[in-house]
Amino acid sequence: MTKRLRAFWGQDHKRDGFLLGLAVGSFGVTFGVLANSAGLSAPKAVAMSLLVFTGASQFAAVGIANSGGEPISALGTALLLSARNCAYALSLSQIMPENRGGRLLAAQLVIDESAAMSNAQSSPQDAKEAFWVAGLAVFLFWNVGTLLGVLLGEVVGNPREWGLDAAFPAAFLALLLPHIKRKEKLRTALLGAVIAFVTIPFVPSGLPVVLAALSAVIFASFEVRK
Amino acid sequence: MTWISIGALAIGCYFFKAVGVFAGRHIHLSKVGEDALGHLAPAVLSGLIIVQTFDGGGTLEIGAAAAGVAIGGIAACMRTPFPVVLILAAAVTAVVRLL
Repeated sequence: MTKRLRAFWGQDHKRDGFLLGLAVGSFGVTFGVLANSAGLSAPKAVAMSLLVFTGASQFAAVGIANSGGEPISALGTALLLSARNCAYALSLSQIMPENRGGRLLAAQLVIDESAAMSNAQSSPQDAKEAFWVAGLAVFLFWNVGTLLGVLLGEVVGNPREWGLDAAFPAAFLALLLPHIKRKEKLRTALLGAVIAFVTIPFVPSGLPVVLAALSAVIFASFEVRK
Repeated sequence: MTWISIGALAIGCYFFKAVGVFAGRHIHLSKVGEDALGHLAPAVLSGLIIVQTFDGGGTLEIGAAAAGVAIGGIAACMRTPFPVVLILAAAVTAVVRLL
């Protein structure tokens, strides 16, 4: 057992995947606290982390529910955010299991972290192992973190008094930073922000985010074509 | 959030993942399609930041939350751990509300 553990720890891609999962656990705790402050029960918050299992979409859905948005806008925004997992899954298709059951299971683990860890490896075998270790570690710690966070949220009490409503946009900002290291994506983000800002007073709630997303993406795609 | 919306969200999110996993060996996304998917996340996230910071129910409102998010953003840019960023943003907002 110790030998196996030592062998596991001696391989960079496995150790890094595990540590990444542990770090994401702290995101899970914050998701649990915010889900609780948005009025979600513990079973609902944990069910979301188990079944939805894609952090930014979960934060978005809960954040919109918290600010009194329509369920349809919470759903639409969260789904727009999760569409990128389709691109990750496409990029990982070479290292997915051969059998159908394995692929059905692997699909749930396709997220930012597992895709990034896997795509960073040079050999297909390492890429495969990195995907599974990072995916399973994040899944474990994200869910444990969520449960701890919900329980912690019970202690916190009145969320607005603690300024927790501002923690949602701060979370989106922290989640945005890794996406905008490339200049083109930074431009998309800035354009999206401007569109959302100017449309808030004129369109029904929920629409500014959708308008920001769609027009920024159209703009970005045309930029690439040129 | 109701159980129905949680269920719908779970199905939708899994659908995107599964489509990619199962279609990956048969189709290749065009450059434009791949790019549009890649740009969706930054566009939605920045839209959400603005709406959740400044939307006071259909009017622009620059208040305590804006101060909290600004400080949280500066902290995030300085590679402060995620939970600390959120605590800072919340704390600043709460303090500004008390003023």
